[in-house]
Amino acid sequence: MVEWTAEERSIISEIFSKLDYDDVGPKCLSRCLIVYPWTQRYFGGFGNLYNAEAILSNPMIAAHGITVLHGLDRALNNMDDIKNTYTQLSELHSEKLHVDPTNFTLLADCLTIVIAAKMGTNFTPDMQAAWQKFLSVVVSALGRQYH
Amino acid sequence: MLSKYEKELIASIWERLTPVAKDIGSEALSRMFATFPGTKTYFSHLDISLRSPHLLAHGKKIVLALVEGSKDISSLTTTLAPLQTLHAYQLRIDPTNFKLFSHCMLVTLACNMGDRFTPVAHAAMDKYLSAFAAVLAEKYR
Repeated sequence: MVEWTAEERSIISEIFSKLDYDDVGPKCLSRCLIVYPWTQRYFGGFGNLYNAEAILSNPMIAAHGITVLHGLDRALNNMDDIKNTYTQLSELHSEKLHVDPTNFTLLADCLTIVIAAKMGTNFTPDMQAAWQKFLSVVVSALGRQYH
Repeated sequence: MLSKYEKELIASIWERLTPVAKDIGSEALSRMFATFPGTKTYFSHLDISLRSPHLLAHGKKIVLALVEGSKDISSLTTTLAPLQTLHAYQLRIDPTNFKLFSHCMLVTLACNMGDRFTPVAHAAMDKYLSAFAAVLAEKYR
């Protein structure tokens, strides 16, 4: 089981309490598709992804970004058992969506950078450490049902 | 692969950051030590507490090398030749750590540039840092 210090829990809660899903969700997913263009392979049915401008103004990507970001809520609400919280989503990504688990880290890194850009230097090294620890636990849980 | 536009963008970002090299560099290092504690093992000989003189000096060195490389990205191998030797034969830092540092540098740039760290700038910078790290590791074996 993952051990969380009181400080880490507080940092995670704080970041989520300030999180504007409707802004960060689209920014995070679109950034991932722009910075790591090969991730577009999973978005064949999402319309025009031809260049950065197209991706940034694509409403389907924006909507999906919000959906994906809300996927983190269940981890926030189950921090002491994140591993089992993602069983179904892990199966979905493996069996139905066939997403390479490496991509989870790519998206997580983009999310960290979007949050960093919004929070500026308020996003201290210690906050970054706690946040990345949280995301790495989620990423690991999402990869568990792959075989 | 970096386009002409991306090379110019990268060079302009690093030029603007040259006056605050020690701040950017030390911040990236602090982020890396906090998030990836294994990286601290390479620094047992230095005081790496937040904004220590050692850390500021070391951060400055790293950023100035990034600045220098950005001035002529097509000639990275020539520019970095001495650093290649240093890393291969003396420092012998496992190259996985270059990725960790690069990520923390991107976070540092995001914190300091806010909205100006656009997805296009992020992509270009990530490519530059990857190329830089690859050149640095060339003489390892």
